[in-house]
Amino acid sequence: MRMWFVCRFCCPAAQSNSNPEWEAKVLEYFKGQLREKESHSWVPSLNDVPLHYLKPNSLVKFRCLVQDMFDPEFYMGVYETVDPSTKANVLRCGKYKDVTECGVDLNSRNTVTAERQTFYCVPIPGESPWAKEISFLSAARVVPSTSYVPSRQKRSYEEDDDDMDTQPQKQREPHTGGMGETPQIQPHGNGDSKRQETEAPSSQTTAPSDCSSHLDLNFPLPGERGPACLVKVYEGLDSFKLNDTLEIYGILSVNPVLTVLGEEKDPSLLLLNPTESMETPEEQRAHDPPASLVPRLHMLYARPLQHNNPLLPSAPTEDQSAFVSSFLVEMASVRAELLAYLTHVLLGDGLAAEYLLLHLISNVYTRRDVLPLGKFTLNLSGCPLNSYTERLYQIVQQLVPCSYRLSMSLHTMNSMRLVPKKDYVANRLVSGALQLARNTSLFLDETQLEQGQLDSSGVRNITALGNLISWQKVDYDFSYHQMEFPCNINVLVTSEGRSLLPSDCQVPLQPQVTPPNMEEYLTTIHMAQFTSQINKFRVYLSLARTLDYSISDEVTKAVEDDFVDMRKDDPQSVTAEDLHRMLVVARLLSLSLGQTTLSRDGWMRAKHIDMLRRSRTEQQKSLNGNEP
Amino acid sequence: MSSPTSTPVGSKPSSDGLASPPSQRRRGQDSSNGDLPAMPTSPATDIASPAVHDTSLFSSPRRSVLPSEVDMSSPLIGVRGTPVRQRPDLGSARKAPQVDLHTELPSADGAVASEQAAGQKLVIWGTDVNVGTCKEKFQRFLQRFIDPTSNEDENAGLDLNEPLYMQKLEEISVIGEPVLNVNCSHVQSFDADLYRQLISYPQEVIPTFDMAVNELFFERFPDSILEHQIQVRPYNALKTRNMRSLNPEDIDQMITISGMVIRTSQLIPEMQEAFFQCQVCAFSTRVEVDRGRIAEPAVCRNCNTTHSLALIHNRSAFSDKQMIKVQESPDDMPAGQTPHTTIVYAHNDLVDKVQPGDRINITGIYRAVPMRENPRQSTVKSVYKTHIDVIHFRKTDEKRLHGLDEDSDQKLFTEERVQTLKELAAKPDVYERLSSALAPSIYEQEDIKKGILLQLFGGTRKDFSQTGRGNFRAEVNILLCGDPGTSKSQLLQYVFNLVPRGQYTSGKGSSAVGLTAYVMKDPETKQLVLQTGALVLSDNGICCIDEFDKMSDSTRSVLHEVMEQQTLSIAKAGIICQLNARTSVLAAANPVESQWNPKKTTIENIQLPHTLLSRFDLIFLMLDPQDEAYDRRLAHHLVALYYQSEEQIEEEFLDMAVLKDYIAYARTYINPRLNEEASQALIEAYVDMRKIGSGRGMVSAYPRQLESLIRLAEAHAKVRFSDKVETVDVEEAKRLHREALKQSATDPRTGFVDISILTTGMSATARKRKEEVAQALKKMIQSRGKTPAMKYQQLFDDLRGQSEAAITKDMFEEALRALADEDYLTVTGKTVRLL
Repeated sequence: MRMWFVCRFCCPAAQSNSNPEWEAKVLEYFKGQLREKESHSWVPSLNDVPLHYLKPNSLVKFRCLVQDMFDPEFYMGVYETVDPSTKANVLRCGKYKDVTECGVDLNSRNTVTAERQTFYCVPIPGESPWAKEISFLSAARVVPSTSYVPSRQKRSYEEDDDDMDTQPQKQREPHTGGMGETPQIQPHGNGDSKRQETEAPSSQTTAPSDCSSHLDLNFPLPGERGPACLVKVYEGLDSFKLNDTLEIYGILSVNPVLTVLGEEKDPSLLLLNPTESMETPEEQRAHDPPASLVPRLHMLYARPLQHNNPLLPSAPTEDQSAFVSSFLVEMASVRAELLAYLTHVLLGDGLAAEYLLLHLISNVYTRRDVLPLGKFTLNLSGCPLNSYTERLYQIVQQLVPCSYRLSMSLHTMNSMRLVPKKDYVANRLVSGALQLARNTSLFLDETQLEQGQLDSSGVRNITALGNLISWQKVDYDFSYHQMEFPCNINVLVTSEGRSLLPSDCQVPLQPQVTPPNMEEYLTTIHMAQFTSQINKFRVYLSLARTLDYSISDEVTKAVEDDFVDMRKDDPQSVTAEDLHRMLVVARLLSLSLGQTTLSRDGWMRAKHIDMLRRSRTEQQKSLNGNEP
Repeated sequence: MSSPTSTPVGSKPSSDGLASPPSQRRRGQDSSNGDLPAMPTSPATDIASPAVHDTSLFSSPRRSVLPSEVDMSSPLIGVRGTPVRQRPDLGSARKAPQVDLHTELPSADGAVASEQAAGQKLVIWGTDVNVGTCKEKFQRFLQRFIDPTSNEDENAGLDLNEPLYMQKLEEISVIGEPVLNVNCSHVQSFDADLYRQLISYPQEVIPTFDMAVNELFFERFPDSILEHQIQVRPYNALKTRNMRSLNPEDIDQMITISGMVIRTSQLIPEMQEAFFQCQVCAFSTRVEVDRGRIAEPAVCRNCNTTHSLALIHNRSAFSDKQMIKVQESPDDMPAGQTPHTTIVYAHNDLVDKVQPGDRINITGIYRAVPMRENPRQSTVKSVYKTHIDVIHFRKTDEKRLHGLDEDSDQKLFTEERVQTLKELAAKPDVYERLSSALAPSIYEQEDIKKGILLQLFGGTRKDFSQTGRGNFRAEVNILLCGDPGTSKSQLLQYVFNLVPRGQYTSGKGSSAVGLTAYVMKDPETKQLVLQTGALVLSDNGICCIDEFDKMSDSTRSVLHEVMEQQTLSIAKAGIICQLNARTSVLAAANPVESQWNPKKTTIENIQLPHTLLSRFDLIFLMLDPQDEAYDRRLAHHLVALYYQSEEQIEEEFLDMAVLKDYIAYARTYINPRLNEEASQALIEAYVDMRKIGSGRGMVSAYPRQLESLIRLAEAHAKVRFSDKVETVDVEEAKRLHREALKQSATDPRTGFVDISILTTGMSATARKRKEEVAQALKKMIQSRGKTPAMKYQQLFDDLRGQSEAAITKDMFEEALRALADEDYLTVTGKTVRLL
């Protein structure tokens, strides 16, 4: 509420003088305000609050991924209007606005042209329902005075959590009639507003889906929903990159004029006005969608997000370091609990659980020329068929803030668009399923793949997946050339035999238990966990990934000696690649225990579990070899 | 502009330079005078016309106070009846008012004495351009500019010591194409102030240039007949920019940007002049389009009927126009961002000059147009639409089809950069430094890295086509083979990322078509378009081919031509052409058996045709060496990779950007030649190589190896930034070549290096043995006397029993085949018959 006031106060003040300094001051002011404790949570979020509950021209925030960057545009930074009655000239400011005031004097010499760029932003693809839910609830707690108050019974929330139905369509859009602040509801009593609540969903859920059917909002993943947003960026254009995840604070603009201007087309004028004839309808649709569907957001300030886990403090402040150090104490115990939980999930296979845990905290922390370091693609082979993998994914989804399951059936591989492609007709980057935010868990389900013919697009998709795994990059298709975009995606491949895709490490699953009813078994395991427990796991996984790590000279020496010794025994069995993998395993193992340096012990453990894993794969090989 | 002012210019050229040309007429300003723009032929204008002369001739102070206006277009019926072609590329603001600078001063009433000077201060409104001075300057430029060092291909055949542009004018008079391309850098070096004006006020200055050049031209060549008057097209404005750096300050200025065409529109007819006819009295009038608008005359001037004028489309004048979308070229884009696009309008004869996929340099005027005001809405979208009105196109890749395109590739280096590069080059260990900077994440393999480094620099390009010997290949080709998992792919990826024109393909996924070029039908225009593949795209770069062994035979066969002749011939769908593909090939191959078999030769291990293998200058084996010291260093290297911070790494190794620049600089500016000693050393080296073999009765070197040595030596000289190939270079080339041979061409049976493994696919000892077996078999059969037919199996067993060395079935069959070739016997099924 205070923010709104600030916004209102500041904009007219800005208009009255064209002193460039005020722009910097405005930004400073907002940044200062937002730095204050909790203040950022007062700002309503586009992710949580439906658009029509937000006031136009107010300050909002949006947690999003930069999906496309449009060409820079020039706008009237300062312009002059002439009052038709008094003929008085007034200087006005065009920054943070889409449209001008009445009566612009186009020939005025005081007009200042400035530059800004538009980013097409979508909600973070594959954001887990729990992450949405929690950030939504925490926002609701601190915004008591907005017109929109989400009210959801505690019970239904827990149910939601429990029944684990995480289909994207079922992401419950929070919809309530509010607590009587919206004008229409105000006269009604409490009972009525309750009915409104129940009615609202039907109208709300159908409306957007209807609209989006003829207007492709270009979400990277199929079945995604949520507001896409055209973000106007004024400062620091070069600091943003495609696929960045940002929390944007800006002024919301849903001026209906935007739509009208776009659609009202006088064909007779086209001949004379060449600037408009060159835009294809497709381009028009992509760049100027109706503001009611794709609102405009004039960015004041954007904060790059290291992660989108709402349970963790997001900014690297003192807050966070305090949080980290307090959590480090628990780390080992949480790890043990998580390991036990994963062991149950993986049908009693402790080794596989260990590897899965390491995989979940892996992260490309740096690149040495072309080589990404720290990636740890896991191939879980020998997975039981019949929806086990699907269930496994749901459990992973419950743990990580961002995930996507790609069922690698022949049909999807042949038909799905994985790699983003530039559409020159509409002049936009058509998204693909591999356009994901950093640290997203990509779950490739190879058990779905059957024998058959891959067509050329299928081959391309498989190649893209292979490149993603080996080099952590995606080559976007710009038709005349390809462009390489580095990424940081955790890839988990589940397969029956060894995966056809490359991987850093293959673990054959050895189930210790064979539950008669898999569904029931997994549900029971899940039910046994309290929400608070699960939340601890969530914090643990996100946190372990952000820790720093180093190796002391002493341990370096020990590792080197060890490697030489291993090679002495059997040079064929240990290669440079094995050392690469073991170093990553050692790193992840240490981090998973909250240790930020590699100890001799840690190295031995890493060596040990790697040996266990290798003996298991060799066993598998010899088993297969014996088969006729 | 059906202006009747058709004063012949040639008769009275303005001698003093300050008098306004006859084509100049005075007019009120549009904005202040409502009906005037609608009626360009109004008497008022015509009366005003001599008023300009008044200013200069009679120096009337009253007149000079009034702002005068210059019509930037010459009259339609121009010099000696040559019509003027309108220039929509310069926009519609063709009437620029002139302002006298002095009148803007408060002391305008007095100072009669300075009246004469006042004429010179006459400038076009809003600029500091004086038409007279500007014209004079440009004419002087045309008449005097000489550029003896010019190496542009456009100037081929011109005498460089004569005024360049006068020769071009002469060319125009002969060819009759009325376009004069002017290099802006020439203008700049001649007159910096004129250049500044040209860049800042192109809309005003270029028409002035037009006038100047036409006056000059028709004075020189009074009898030439042109389609229309000469148009000046400046190009290469030094403000050449990246599309990304365009900003609001560039609006209405002349810019040059580079990019790639991604879309072209249909032809758009754009109205230049509207023709109105009165429905009552049939009086006609013409209205020019101004900023995309036509001011429809409300009253007929002839019969004073209101709203009687109707637009006649057929008699209105239109010009061609085309919208072209240009995208930033991938080379000058920051990582992690998407390329920008810009809209470009081409007018008249520039329409359809470019096609999607072309890389072009565009010179034009950057424009910003406010979004159309909606009549029903009082608010306006506060965004401008921007585009470039193109004045000049220059394709940067058109010369790929013929000749070299080095000048377009030339990268500009700052003084300091060149200095640092030269300092680096002066260091004695620069070669080692650079090679260790190459792919630092890959451990050791020093010689391989050195080989790749030399490949990156390449040899000196030699052109003997005039003596009929054609081009000699300057590119070094390298093949890496070895065990899987020895970071071959990583090396390839690194090189691909390092060079600007690198292509990366995998043998598994690429077809011959994908490597070479294919013909595609454009779905819209039904036009056949030649799409180039990886090899052509990496012209002047490096084509990295992974999994070379997995490539199909037909695909590989394409490489034969590329790797020696450096061209690609295409005959497809009616398109027959030869494209340049001067690419170095860096290939990686895995052994056929999953592990390298040290008992077999290279050819046997990778199963590639020797014809192809012999085209590689260097063939390296990447094997796991398996010794303790190596293991230790490897472990150290890998562990360091995982714990060292970015800064530490940077301290140790050269920055990738420096390496890139170093290579680019050396490739462009350094062209080493062999000196006497080096040639001698090369000859000796070659003779030595042949001697080694001759001692054992085999050929150990072929001319191809000598060529390789020369290329490598040249590349090594380039690394040192040396213009001469010296003995040190030859020594290193020899060493590297020997290293590579030792690895790849060692005969596993004898342990000697045997070049014939690579050139003929079989080592000399193997061939010798084959002959021996055949002879032994023949002897055996002869010793049996008269047995016309024998059992195959029995013969084999006998031979095995007789020979002390083990004889395999393969060897036996080979021997039989050899004897069959001698017409000694035939093999039919299981029986062997003597002939």
